[in-house]
Formats: sequence, C-alpha cells, structure tokens
Amino acid sequence: MGETQELVVHPLAKYLRMDRIPHIWCEGCGNGIILNCFIRALDELKIDLDKLVVVSGIGCMGRAAGYLNCDSFHTTHGRAIALATGIKLANPELKVVVLSGDGDLFAIGGNHFIHAARRNIDITVICANNFNYGMTGGQHGPTTPLDARTTTTPYGNIEHPFNLVHLAAAAGAVYVARWTALHVRRLTKSMEKALQKKGFTFIEVISPCPEIYGRYNKLGTALDMMKMYREISEIKHGCDPAKAEVSPKRIVVGEFVDLEKPTFEESVMQQIADVKKRISKGGI
Amino acid sequence: MERENRAVLTGKHFMLGDYACAEGAIAAGCRFFAGYPITPATEIAERMARRLPEVGGIYIQMEDELASMAAIIGASYAGVKAMTATSGPGFSLMQENIGLAAMTETPCVVVNIMRGGPSTGQPTKPGQQDVMQAKWGSHGDYEVIALSPASPQEMFDLTIECFNLSEAYRVPAFLLADEIVGHMRERVVIPRAEEIKIVNRKKPKVSPSEYLPYKASDDLVPPMACFGEGYHVHITGLTHDERGYPQTDSIEVQRDLIMRICDKIRKNADKIIKVKDFMLEDAEIAVVAYGIASRSALSAVRKAREKGIRAGLLRLITIWPFAEKIIAELATRVKALVVPEMNYGQVVREVERMAKGTPVYFLPKFGEEPHRPFEILELIEKVKENG
Repeated sequence: MGETQELVVHPLAKYLRMDRIPHIWCEGCGNGIILNCFIRALDELKIDLDKLVVVSGIGCMGRAAGYLNCDSFHTTHGRAIALATGIKLANPELKVVVLSGDGDLFAIGGNHFIHAARRNIDITVICANNFNYGMTGGQHGPTTPLDARTTTTPYGNIEHPFNLVHLAAAAGAVYVARWTALHVRRLTKSMEKALQKKGFTFIEVISPCPEIYGRYNKLGTALDMMKMYREISEIKHGCDPAKAEVSPKRIVVGEFVDLEKPTFEESVMQQIADVKKRISKGGI
Repeated sequence: MERENRAVLTGKHFMLGDYACAEGAIAAGCRFFAGYPITPATEIAERMARRLPEVGGIYIQMEDELASMAAIIGASYAGVKAMTATSGPGFSLMQENIGLAAMTETPCVVVNIMRGGPSTGQPTKPGQQDVMQAKWGSHGDYEVIALSPASPQEMFDLTIECFNLSEAYRVPAFLLADEIVGHMRERVVIPRAEEIKIVNRKKPKVSPSEYLPYKASDDLVPPMACFGEGYHVHITGLTHDERGYPQTDSIEVQRDLIMRICDKIRKNADKIIKVKDFMLEDAEIAVVAYGIASRSALSAVRKAREKGIRAGLLRLITIWPFAEKIIAELATRVKALVVPEMNYGQVVREVERMAKGTPVYFLPKFGEEPHRPFEILELIEKVKENG
C-alpha cells in the first residue's frame, strides 16, 4: 500500500452539502451553472452562511436549496416567495434568497411574486427559466414561446408568454436583470449586486433544458443551445424592460432596473419605532 | 394609565371574541401575524394590525390565504411565534401549507372562525362545518390539534393553549371557533403575565455538527433549530430522513416519518385532550357538544333536570385529537347520547364510532342561528320517552 493521498477539496465545497452530491439534474442542464454562479457570488461577498436562508419551490431548480450548505426551505409549489417573506420579516438580519424555476415562480406562484415585488420585500429572487416544466417531463408554462412544442402543446403553443423582466419591473422590483447560462461572469456579478442591494431584486437566467425542451424543439445538444445563446443574445443595459425581447430569435440581456426605494422591513420597523415612541409619550 | 406590560392587558374587559383571540395570541408570545381579510375573522387581523406594533411584532396582510399560511411557516422557522386567522373559504386555501407545516413540524396557530358553507355560503352566519376539514383537509396522513372555544374568555385562554400545544408538539394547532363566539362580546378576564403558562419549542442541546433536525427522542418531538442559529438545516415538504434530506423512494423512511408525526399526537392524546362535564355523574342521557352549541346544550340539560330527566353534558374543548376514550367510557354509562352541532353531521360520526351500540341521536343545524335550548330539550325528552 502506498501513502494515503490527501483528498483535494474544492475551494467552494464548503458552500455545498457534499453528502447530497451528485445532484439530480440532467446532463447539460443550466441549473448547475446557475448554482455555481450563485456560490461564487456568495464567496466573493463573503456572505455569512449562518445568516443565509435559501428558499425554493417545486421543480428542477427547486432542488437547489437542498444542495446548499446553509439554512434552506424547500417549500410547496409556488409558495417560496410567500414563505421567504415570513422568514425575512421575522428575522430581518437574515439574507433571504429564493432560487426557483419559471413555472413555480410565475404560474402557480405568480401572485406571490408580484405582491412581494410591490411591497419591496428585501429578498433576492433568481429564476431559472427553461421555458417548460422539466421535472414533470416537459409541459408548457407561462414562459413557453409561441408555437413551441411541449408535451401539452403537441401542435404548438398558442399562449402568449410572460416577459419576466417586464413583469418584475412593472410590479416594483428595485433591481431587474436577465442573463443566460452562457453569461457566467456577468451573471455572477449581477448576483453579487442583487445580494448587496436592499429590496426586491430579481434575476432571470435563461437556462438550457436540452433533455426535454431542447429535444421537443429540435434545439440540439446543450452545447448547441449555448451556441444559440451566444448568437441570439444581445447585451443592452438600461433597456426598457417592456422591450427586452426574449424569443427563439433574440434574447436581450443585461441590467434593466436599478433604483432605490424603502423596503417593507425598513418601513415596518420605522412604524414600530414610531408607535413605541407615541406609547412612551402617552399618545396611545 | 400606562400599562407596565403592553403584551398582556391584565384586567377585566368587556371584549369581542375575535379581539380576545388576538390578545391571547399576543399574551402567548405571538409576534408575527400574516392574514387576509375574511368575514367573520377580520377583527382578529384588525386587532393584530393595531396591537402588534405596540409590542414590536410584525403584521402583514398577504395577497391571499395560501401566502398567509406560507408566511407564518417561514416566520416560525425563523424563530418567531406566528399565527393567521381566517374562515372557511380561506381555511380551504390554507390546507396546502397546513400539510407543509405538519410535514415540516412547524409550530403555528391557525384560527378558523367558522361560518356557513360550503363555498362562499353565509359569510356573516355561524357554522361548525369545518371540523372534519380541520382533521382531514390536507392530503396525506398527519395529525393536528384543534380546540373549540365557547366564549370570548375561551377565545383568549384557548388561543394561548393553541400556541403552547403547537410549540410543545411542533404541529399546526387550530382554534376552531364559530361566528357567534367570534362576534360575541362578554367579560374577559386577562390575568397577570406571570400567571400565564407559556410553552416554548424545545431547542437542540448539541452542536450543529451533531444535530439531526428530525431525530426525536422518546417523546417523538425533535428539538427545533431555527434559521440563523448556525445549524444549517434543510427543511422540505418531501419525505425526509432524520437529517432532513429528501428520501422519496424509501419505504422505511416514509413509514417512520408518518408514524412519528401521527404518533407524537396519538400517543400523547390523553395529555392533550380537555373536556368539561356537567351533571354527568348520574346521567342517563348525555349531550355531547362543543363551541356555541354547547351553550345551548347546557341550558337544555338544566331544563331537562328541572323536569326530572337525568341529563348531562360533555363539552369537548379539544376536538382533535378526538376524546375517544372519554366518549367510549361515557357510552357505557348512559342510555343514549345526543349530539347537536351546527352542520349536517361531523362530530356525531366520531361519537357514533365510539358509542359502540349505545344509541346516538343527532340534531343538525345548518347555519343562520344556533340551536335553541328548547330544540335540544325536545330531543332529550323524546329520547327519554323512547326509553
């Protein structure tokens, strides 16, 4: 027997629950890239893992919460943002991030998304948008492009998809960006910015699903899909979110919204302080 | 007069039932309320919106009841006692995340001021139609605790009890009240803070590296580490092992988890269950009732006694877990059981299940108004005549 070789540990392994790896995601899936960018952003910002809570809903990206070595809650379908709201308000010291997919966040959970954005709850929402429900085998969802083929649109999708960045901006998000899984460095920087910014921040990541969505729509391998992102994506910072196209022909990426306004937490804490002051003066 | 303790409004009050519930919650340590307006529970939210900021708590009005239930689970896991309040239609929406609370063993309190259903039904009228839903409303096997107040005083007392039981057993606990009790004003005596018994969730005594979030000792209730405490817990609605990790294809993990989340209530049922009895010692006819119906029933039992009928009342304070042993024992002592309730047959089915041959007479009420004492009395007299 030779000498025992020291096990080489990846410098970012501490961010993952290594006893849960390998993950369940398919070969070529963009979720791993998004998770990688996310932990690199955590590392860059030296986020205290004891004070980070990652919340997810149901679906392929919903499993991301369970791979991270921090407090995490894998909730019911669509309810991640509502649950995250409770966590953040109960303990505003915590950094609360929602990682989930387009179906979870914008179909069954759409109402929670717009209201959390409207209230400006101080959470970061990162959406892996693969244009379909991957976990259940490829049904159409609120982001599926017109005419696209899925198991439930066998003759082509006749529904108009949401433009998620437009929706987020209209609902009141203070930071809105879109990237693809190809834009790893820009995506990581964008995550760092969102994590540092107070208020409801939103990043959409166009993510390849070669095994299901890609197969039904003849988009080739994961590599082919990445090549397609390179060809059709266009960086346009500051673009009007309403005009930030996302279609099989063109994907406008970049930072679209970056503004300041009081968060719900700040306002409610101010109100509590005011009420207590009035009480001490005998006013209530 | 400035109160020393704004969380506990010690003193005698003439108070609305819904307000008494809110005061009970605050006295129990609730510092987070997420809700959605609905008749006849809205006054609880209104009171919480006014009162919580005074004690440093958070009130948030969510976009719907799905979100309200999700938010209180999040708040509870972030270490704060949390509550929501609703009525039938909202309770239906909450069932999804009530299942999540049961599965993740998150302490939380849900108040349901029951009105007439199904569907939108009779929003301003009383009902007791959500009793079975409270037990069986979410999918899968799980157990809950549900208490039924019959007065504004009990709206205060039993809300505290709901918090205590919910914390002790890590289950969603329900205050199943009805519109009349919620909207009734009566004397409510709030004791001094130090006289109120408060139970808090059990915390881990081991380091994060040794801690298993779902490993329980003999009492079947695992100690609960909350978010931000350095334990890095993973909480999921999927079937999970003691580490909290999903195990979706293990027969053993599924069996052990389901048995534990049910047995922690079933095996402690005797400790949890509370009833009150009136004139049952020598009774030959026992009325079994809860909530507003129990007040009419007590009046009917007294009138029956005046007429020389040996009637008595068993008032259920705990609805779930069900007082099986108590009713089974009672059924052996009496000739008949009478069950008035404001629905078309819910708790009566449980009573029949335990009566084992002793005749059970049911008196439904579909809403609009409570049972009138003479209606229950007439049934008692009829039962007596039939021998």
